[in-house]
Amino acid sequence: MPSHPDLVAAFRSGVWTGALPPGVTARDPAEAARRFAVHRNNVAHGLSEALATRFPVVRRLVGERFFSAMARAFAQAHPPESPVLLAWGGAFPQFLEAFPPATALPYLPDVARLETALGLAYHAGDAEPLSPADLVRLAQEPDTARLGLHPSVQVVASCYAIVSIWRANRPGAPARPVAAVNPETALVLRDRRLDVIAQAISPGDAAFLSQLRDGDTLLAFAAAASVEPGHDPAPLLARLVSAGVLVAPALPPMKDHP
Amino acid sequence: MTRMTTTLQLTATLATALAMAASAAQAQEEAEMEKCFGVSLAGENDCAAGPGTTCAGTSVVDYQGNAWTLVPAGTCATIELPAQADGTARMGSLEALDRDLPSA
Amino acid sequence: MPLPDAPGLGFKAEHFADIVSSRPALGFWEVHAENYMGEGGRPHAQLAALRDDCAMSIHGVGLSIGGPGRLDAAHLARLRRLCDRYEPDSFSEHLAWSSHEGTFLNDLLPLPYTEETLGIVCDHVDEVQAALGRRMLLENPSTYVLFAQSTIPETEFLAEVARRTSCGLLLDVNNVFVSATNHRTDPHAYLDAFPLHAVGEIHLGGFFEEALPSGPLLIDAHGTPVADPVWDLFAFILERTGPRPTLIEWDNDVPSFATLLREAERARAALDRARGGLLAFAS
Repeated sequence: MPSHPDLVAAFRSGVWTGALPPGVTARDPAEAARRFAVHRNNVAHGLSEALATRFPVVRRLVGERFFSAMARAFAQAHPPESPVLLAWGGAFPQFLEAFPPATALPYLPDVARLETALGLAYHAGDAEPLSPADLVRLAQEPDTARLGLHPSVQVVASCYAIVSIWRANRPGAPARPVAAVNPETALVLRDRRLDVIAQAISPGDAAFLSQLRDGDTLLAFAAAASVEPGHDPAPLLARLVSAGVLVAPALPPMKDHP
Repeated sequence: MTRMTTTLQLTATLATALAMAASAAQAQEEAEMEKCFGVSLAGENDCAAGPGTTCAGTSVVDYQGNAWTLVPAGTCATIELPAQADGTARMGSLEALDRDLPSA
Repeated sequence: MPLPDAPGLGFKAEHFADIVSSRPALGFWEVHAENYMGEGGRPHAQLAALRDDCAMSIHGVGLSIGGPGRLDAAHLARLRRLCDRYEPDSFSEHLAWSSHEGTFLNDLLPLPYTEETLGIVCDHVDEVQAALGRRMLLENPSTYVLFAQSTIPETEFLAEVARRTSCGLLLDVNNVFVSATNHRTDPHAYLDAFPLHAVGEIHLGGFFEEALPSGPLLIDAHGTPVADPVWDLFAFILERTGPRPTLIEWDNDVPSFATLLREAERARAALDRARGGLLAFAS
C-alpha cells in the first residue's frame, strides 16, 4: 500500500488523467472510476466556476462551454498556488494571448486585464479619503503637498475598446454591437460606497493619474501636466474626489529624509 | 508658461474639483449612474461539491493544440473586427479557427 | 464564547441588504475563511457589520488538514490574522485534503484512515490550535470512494483525533447521510458510534442524487433544501445531545433569503423540541 504522500500525489495527477489512485475502491469495485469522477468533476468544475466569478465578461464573450474547457486548460497550466481563490487568475490574460483557439478574439486578453483590475479593486485595502478640508490645505501648499491614490485605483490601456466591450457584455446587460478596434483606456476604482467601477478616460487623464501615482508634489506635477497642452484635469479630479480615492500618500519619498 | 502660473492653475483646478464634489446631490447622481457598471463578486471559495454529475469532469475536451474543436460561441459575435488582410470578415467567431492556428 | 445552541446561516453577500433591513433573530453567521482573505472593501465591511450584531463561525475550506507534509504556513498566518480581526466564536475545518505541493485543487479530497494518517491529522490539528490559540472543530466528510488501505472506521478515527488533540467535532448530518447512502451502510449505526460528546456544531445541507448500477450516488452539492431523511437524522442526534449550534448550508443556486430563513426556522423548531425533551427528562 502506498504511503500517504504517494497516494496524494497519485490522486492529484489522477484528477486530471483519470488514472485511478492505488487503493481507491468502492463497495462494488467496478464503480470506483465513476465515483472517483466525482472528484475529477469537482476540481475541474470548481476551478472553472471560481475563474468565472473573476472573469464573467470573458465567459460571456466566449460562451459557457468554451470557457469551461479553456478554464480547465488554464487550471492545468496555472493552478492556484494558494487556497485563496479570490487571488487566483492573475496569469489568465497572458494565458489568453498564447491560447490559439481564442486568437480570433484579439481583444480578449485586454478585456481579461480589465476584469483582473476590477477584481483587485474589489479586494484592495481600505484607505481613508482626504477630507475637503485636507484638500483645500494641500491646494494651498503646492510645493510640498503630495496626493496619494486609493489602492483600488488602476489604469488599463488597450488598443481595443475594452470599456465599451466590457459594458455591453456584463452578465445581464443586453449585448450590443461594439467596434473592437478603437483604443480605450479604463480607469478602475472602488468608490466611497465600495462599488467597483470602470470608466473610459482620455490619454491626458491617464498621464495625469500616472503622475499622481508617482507621488510628486503638486508643483512638480503641475509643471509636468503643462507638457500636455489643452488637458483640463478638473473633471477627472472632481470624479476622484467624489469617489473618495484621493488619499494621503503611503510613504514620503526617500529624498525627504536626509 | 511659468511655474507660478501652472501652480495657480492647479490650485484653481483643485478648488474647482472640491466645489463640484461638495455638491452632494451631483456626486450621488454620478454614483447611482455608475453603480450598475460595478462588480458584485470577485473570486469565491466554496465547500460544496459541484452541482454537476460525475461525467462533467471527464466530458470536457482536453486542450491538445490543434485537436481542440471548440470555438468561442458567446456574445463575441456582436464584437466587430475589421476584415483580415485577405478580406475574410473576422466579426464574431462562429466559423472554424483553423486560419489562425499554425499549420500542423 | 461558544456558538449558541440555535440555528445559524451561511452568509451570502447577495443577502446583505435583506439582512440589514430584516435583522433576523439567528444564532450565528458562518462564513468561509478564504473569502475574507482580501485586504479590504465590501467583504470586510459586510463581515464587520454582521459581527457587531451576532455570533460568528469561521469555517475554513483550504487548510488541507488531511494532506501529507507541513501545513501551509502562509495560509495558517492568514487564518490567524482573520481570527484576530473578527474573534469568531468558532473556527472549524475539514477532515480532508485540498492542496498538494503548493497547488490547491479546490475540492475536499478524501484520505484513507490508517495509523499513518491519524498521526498526520493529529499533528495538523495540534498545529492549527497552537497557531490560532483556540480549540477548533473538525468536520466529518462526504465520501464517494473507499480506500483498500483504510484500517480504522471513520467514527473511531474522529474520536481518536478529538481525544488526542482535544479538538471538538463538527457533525455534518448531510455528510453522514451522503456517505452512508454511497457506501450502503446504516447512518444510525454511524451516529451510534460517533463521539457525540465532542460535537460543537451541526451542519445541515442538501445533496444532489445520481444513479449508479448498484444504487444511488449522492453528491454533497449544497444546492437544495435539507432532505427529509437528514432532518430525521438531525432529530435522532438531538435526542442524544440536546440542542447544538446548527447551520443551514446552501452554497450553489443560492435561494432567496426568505427561503433560507424557512430552513433555519425548521431547524429552530427541532432544537426547541430537543430542549423541551431534555427538560421533560430532567423533571
